[in-house]
Amino acid sequence: MSKEKTWKEISIAGVCSKSSIGFMTGDWKTYMPILSPEKCTTCLTCVMFCPEGAIKWQPQAGKIEFDFGFCKGCGICANECPTKAITMKLPAKEEKT
Amino acid sequence: MKAKQEIMGLNGDEAVALAAKQCNVDVVAAYPITPQTIIVEKFSEYVANGEVQTEYVCTESEHSAMTACLAAAVTGARTFTASASAGLALMHEMLFVTSGFRAPVVMAVANRALSAPLNIHGDQSDSMAERDSGWVQIYVENAQEAYDTIIQAFKIAEDIDVSLPVIVGLDGFTISHTLENVSVLADGDVKTFVGERQLPMVVTHEGKTVPFKLDPANPMTMGPNALQNYYFEFKRQQEEGMRNALKKIQQVNKEYATLSGRSYGNGLIDAYKLEDAEVAVMVVGSTAGTLKVIADQLRREGIKAGVLRLRTFRPLPVEAIRDALKDVKIIAVMDKSMSFGGFGGAVFSEVRSVLYEREQRPVIVNYIFGLGGRDTSPNDLRKVFEELLRIKKTGQAETQVQYLGLRE
Repeated sequence: MSKEKTWKEISIAGVCSKSSIGFMTGDWKTYMPILSPEKCTTCLTCVMFCPEGAIKWQPQAGKIEFDFGFCKGCGICANECPTKAITMKLPAKEEKT
Repeated sequence: MKAKQEIMGLNGDEAVALAAKQCNVDVVAAYPITPQTIIVEKFSEYVANGEVQTEYVCTESEHSAMTACLAAAVTGARTFTASASAGLALMHEMLFVTSGFRAPVVMAVANRALSAPLNIHGDQSDSMAERDSGWVQIYVENAQEAYDTIIQAFKIAEDIDVSLPVIVGLDGFTISHTLENVSVLADGDVKTFVGERQLPMVVTHEGKTVPFKLDPANPMTMGPNALQNYYFEFKRQQEEGMRNALKKIQQVNKEYATLSGRSYGNGLIDAYKLEDAEVAVMVVGSTAGTLKVIADQLRREGIKAGVLRLRTFRPLPVEAIRDALKDVKIIAVMDKSMSFGGFGGAVFSEVRSVLYEREQRPVIVNYIFGLGGRDTSPNDLRKVFEELLRIKKTGQAETQVQYLGLRE
């Protein structure tokens, strides 16, 4: 990480000096969603309900994909899935993003 | 050269509304509360009559009023509001957000007691409770100074090195509702004096150096997360704004004197006959007027009495207070608010701390007075000086903190 700046070097009022695109906000989840592809009908209900936009429809692959950099593990997708194709699980330590 | 002026009969609230009108504010978002009501009533009248081009936002609460003011101010708009007591308390959260956003909102506070029990009358508990909210606080002595200080406040708040919101405190009823002769400047002179709002420059996430304002042409994010890594640095910047305000307030006081012929001490403190004073009383607000009369009476009786009115409470003018009281050995500080469980009132404990560095430390005592609008008569104030003279004889104070005008 680059050296942090002093109070004299930064803009006032908390004006952001860099874009938040690289700021991963999904690294503190407890549970993570796991997809059972055989149950998924690709209805995309989960995509519509995800409050973080962290579920993406991949048309080429014909399946959905979770973006664990932004998924906060809230479980709304699992709750809304009509075929119960998503389950929330405690990740193994090495899986945790 | 002194500008031409007109004398009008105005109470403090009307004087404030007129000053805000002459400063050409772009946005007013406010909610009425006694004893501030006349300010927003009068201003909405100006809007309804088409006398100002201001966008007037009627909000459903003071919390929303301050939020709207903050939002307007960060678009580059000159913004004004007014409140008091419970209204100011409801703004509490947004006061910190506004100063953190470096939004130069000017707010008149018609100082009033806080509930419970319910009381609509004047004391300074409301704005004293906002001491650490990051707002500059200037307290006035009368309606004339209320008018003058609102005009000055925009110039102070909007200075790019200050960029902080300003509270102008006027004692509820004593100033807000009392009709006085007020010398009023011409609209054009006020407009020229206050000038156009200047904007500080910031660097955005795109690396562009642009004026600090919400502008679709130059998108930026203001005041989001700054956690353990940067929050502290932003707070230190606000403190620097306060230090710059110390200089700016004095400068504006001088410039305003050139325009109007009126000045208030050095802008930070208003010292009255302190040069040779043996005893001195320090106070914030309208009570200083009566104290000056008592000091004159005592001087006619051969007693060297002086008065120090603290005009700017935030930033606290440490050097100016030290300098003004450098030769005074016995001092009373009067607080029109209570710091429950503290060592006297807020002004007392701070001034006492300021004077701690002095080689010959003075005797310094505190009087809590006037809570809930309790009348403070000239005789009450004379008693304060008499107590100081008694301390001068015996060399020591029996207690540091006392109540004036309380039935005991």
